[in-house]
Amino acid sequence: MTVGNTTTQRSADATATGAAVEIDQVAVRFRTKKKDVTALRDVSVRIEPGEFVAIVGASGCGKSTLLKLVSGLLRPSSGQVRLHGEDVRGPRRDIGYVFQRAALLDWRTARRNILLQAEMRGMPRAQARQRVDELIAMTGLTGFEDAYPNELSGGMQQRVALCRALLHRPPVLLMDEPFGALDALTREQMNVELRRIWRETGTTVLLVTHSIAEAVYLANRVIVMTPRPGTVAEVIDVDLPVERDYGQTMSAPEFARATGRIRDLLGATTTAE
Amino acid sequence: MAAQSTIEQPERTAPAGATASATRRPGGAGAGLLRFARNTWRPAAVLAAILVVWWLVTAADLVKPYLVPSPGTTLDVVLAQPGYFAHHTWITTYETVLGFAIAIVVGVLSAVVMVYSPTVEKSLYPLLLFAQVIPKIAIAPLFIVWLGFGLSPKVVVAVLMAFFPIVISTVTGMKSIDPEMLQLSATMGAGPAQTFRKIRFPAALPHLFAGLKVAATMAVTGAVVGEFVGANEGLGYVILQANGNLDTPTLFAGLIIMSLLGVLLFVVVELLEYLVLPWQASRRTDATTTTL
Repeated sequence: MTVGNTTTQRSADATATGAAVEIDQVAVRFRTKKKDVTALRDVSVRIEPGEFVAIVGASGCGKSTLLKLVSGLLRPSSGQVRLHGEDVRGPRRDIGYVFQRAALLDWRTARRNILLQAEMRGMPRAQARQRVDELIAMTGLTGFEDAYPNELSGGMQQRVALCRALLHRPPVLLMDEPFGALDALTREQMNVELRRIWRETGTTVLLVTHSIAEAVYLANRVIVMTPRPGTVAEVIDVDLPVERDYGQTMSAPEFARATGRIRDLLGATTTAE
Repeated sequence: MAAQSTIEQPERTAPAGATASATRRPGGAGAGLLRFARNTWRPAAVLAAILVVWWLVTAADLVKPYLVPSPGTTLDVVLAQPGYFAHHTWITTYETVLGFAIAIVVGVLSAVVMVYSPTVEKSLYPLLLFAQVIPKIAIAPLFIVWLGFGLSPKVVVAVLMAFFPIVISTVTGMKSIDPEMLQLSATMGAGPAQTFRKIRFPAALPHLFAGLKVAATMAVTGAVVGEFVGANEGLGYVILQANGNLDTPTLFAGLIIMSLLGVLLFVVVELLEYLVLPWQASRRTDATTTTL
């Protein structure tokens, strides 16, 4: 599963194909009225197909910016981003995106919110409907298909957003703090379900999160970022079994090691300021 | 609108915060109408109370009958010449509805242009405000000079009155969309037309309807203002004539019909809102029940 390359910041000329996502010496600079801000500098990451990679770091370190780069919603100031070996030049259709807020359309039921993806892409209707049924069953939304977003809890709304992101079977799923607005208990349940869904779909997942526990439980590798200007501090390989029971994982020595290391890194980088 | 039946049943796997959805009300147009009826009886009762007070005041001879006619006299005036009132009401209704319809088309179109082109917005918005600030009663004579005594000057004043709230509300509505929703739309490969049709425009509808309700009442005012300035038919004309003859029963009748016209138009818009936006209506009821 994980192709164990702890040294992800390898040489820039790594044109090796086969990577799901390749971020190569990327920098992002914003120009505001007062000054130029460097959001990201010298970021190089390589993600293999089917990997689950989490990105953690202090607020404002450019984690979300990284996802926007991969999706093509934002262009790097320098460097290159490649998706399946192709240069990312504009918004990509071969990804699924989940935001912190579910961003559902209030006037559509859960099912029709999921179908929006199919409508925009012009997918055949019958095929889309069948796929929606599959996803609703997979994410535990059965019985809530015809509810409007304002009738759904935060957790259910986020499930709808996840279904919508998975509808077209994207090879890469980008998640920007998807569970950040949920209560702790719901969040744990969603973690368990996301892990299961990832294993069922085999999608490559890039997850931005503030929760170290969430990152380590879910991911094969955790990218730890430094504060602004953000760059990769270290990539942690999570050496936990594929089958991860939530309770057991929390008390596993490897879990303690990985979370401890990340905490050290994040703490060290903040006190170094 | 599908009738929901399986909503109450809890989901099969570990429910993650599914509780909020347990009390789902039936949605759809039918339920919307029912809710509408439930909301109407209160104002109807208040109106009845006002009528009773009016009748009491006149019946007890508190004021001179030529100053305030009784409800009965007012009704008699209308019943005595139904054709006369029907004709003038029809004229005013026609002017109002035509003005309202034109204002909707022009207002929504200009709002769309302004939202998509900041340059147009920056140049047009201040002018719009300027046009709105001018008292319509002051420019109405100008339209009479330009367009004559026919229907057109009244329609123009009605359009001018109704236009502003529609533009403002539509612009606000279309800008209220979550920027993440638009980014999402881009990753779905949607073009600007699709994004507008499926996301931007429906998102603006609740705001648009709020503007339409204000605009509906403004349109009536506009038409009557136009008639006041120069007309030989319409409710404004009826009122002016009655005023000149100190014919208060006719004056009262004209006023009441005019108000009914405004209320009717407002109710039609509201009814339309319940039908077009059942999800919006259901949210609003939720809000009122929690605040009560």
